[in-house]
Amino acid sequence: MIETDIIIIGAGPCGLFTVFEAGLLKLRCHLIDALPIPGGQCAEIYPKKPIYDIPGLPSILAGDLVDNLMEQIAPFNPGFTLGERVEQVAKQEDGSFLVTSSDGTIHKAPVVAIAGGLGCFEPRKPPIENITEFENKGIDYIVKDPEKYRDKDVVISGGGDSALDWSIFLADGVAKSVSLVHRRSSFRGHPDSVDKVMGLSQAGKLNLITEAEVKQISGNGSLKTLGIKHKKQGEMSVNTDYWLPLFGLSPSLGPIANWGLNITKNAIEVNTFDYSTNIDGIFAIGDINTYPGKLKLILCGFHEATLMVQSAFKIVYPDKKLSFKYTTVMGGIAGFSE
Amino acid sequence: MSSITITVIDREDQPHVLDAPTDMNMNLMEICKAYELPVKGTCGGMAMCASCHCYIESEHELKEATDDEEDMLDQAFFVEDNSRLGCQIYLQDELEGLVIRLAEEGS
Repeated sequence: MIETDIIIIGAGPCGLFTVFEAGLLKLRCHLIDALPIPGGQCAEIYPKKPIYDIPGLPSILAGDLVDNLMEQIAPFNPGFTLGERVEQVAKQEDGSFLVTSSDGTIHKAPVVAIAGGLGCFEPRKPPIENITEFENKGIDYIVKDPEKYRDKDVVISGGGDSALDWSIFLADGVAKSVSLVHRRSSFRGHPDSVDKVMGLSQAGKLNLITEAEVKQISGNGSLKTLGIKHKKQGEMSVNTDYWLPLFGLSPSLGPIANWGLNITKNAIEVNTFDYSTNIDGIFAIGDINTYPGKLKLILCGFHEATLMVQSAFKIVYPDKKLSFKYTTVMGGIAGFSE
Repeated sequence: MSSITITVIDREDQPHVLDAPTDMNMNLMEICKAYELPVKGTCGGMAMCASCHCYIESEHELKEATDDEEDMLDQAFFVEDNSRLGCQIYLQDELEGLVIRLAEEGS
């Protein structure tokens, strides 16, 4: 079991900066994120986009902001549980919380800060009514182990880099057959990948079905046939062992909705005094919270994190006095040695 | 202040006639949100989700979609020839009389 002072759910910019402000008050933090890397949306969705409204930084790439935050919090040695989604938050009799991840990792702390942004990123699922019946029974949204597809018939959908990359990999001596279905006749992935796909198609190793979309799924217990609608040629069916719809990720609130928190329009209601929620000891900061006048800005999340840790301190150390100090008078940042 | 009139047809087939300012640097996603129509705009207008996916129903000549927008439409569902992302279409005088239809949620 991992024990700390503040469990931060979400390792985006707001969650990361919480480590710094908490560290100044000698509070230890542990971050949990469903993504395998820290940085949240900044790292996953728009690392190369410039941000212009971080005070004191006229322009900074989102990815660089994450790198800088990681450097800034390094002295405070936060713990990380990455690639695991938080499933459960349970309050114990002593007031502390047990936070359990999708992989069963258990974390314990007197304070939980939810900095979950838009929620967790999950694969985009094509809107076909019976799709859930075939999940893990022939339909995979993520390729975990490519060996699974050896000597099998595989259909891949999508036009982005992951659809192209897996088509190339599986068509080159792994799968028995690979068909790539895409809604347009051109691809916008890396030019190098596009060239390879075209080459494999001309060599007869890859069945390219463009201007087409998978519309129907059928099978008996497991996937057997896909109904594909072609823009000009109409409908056709393709027998296959696997279908990999690779349409990227989109955020959803996920299990957070089941923890007994007051939620309005996919956001957690908080008190603006300290961004506390309706459950004592649980706070919500950044894009995931809502209050009158809320703006979803990184800079507002930083402010919320800073005020929040003041109340967190009083929960962790109910008998200690808290003194407020500027970082300029600290003679440097004294972190935690381990 | 200059403005145009546009029509947004919601997912229940209801048309909404909106007065849309052309001098506020606003896009179709933002004007829909401003009128509290059911458009999420999850990514904030970076063409990185498809929650503002809509169909252009009038004959207006729009600026061509950028690579970013086409990339995102590649990952969206229910995409048609007249599909666009509302966040990439800025309100301008030439769009007077524009008619759009909101695409299904989860597209």
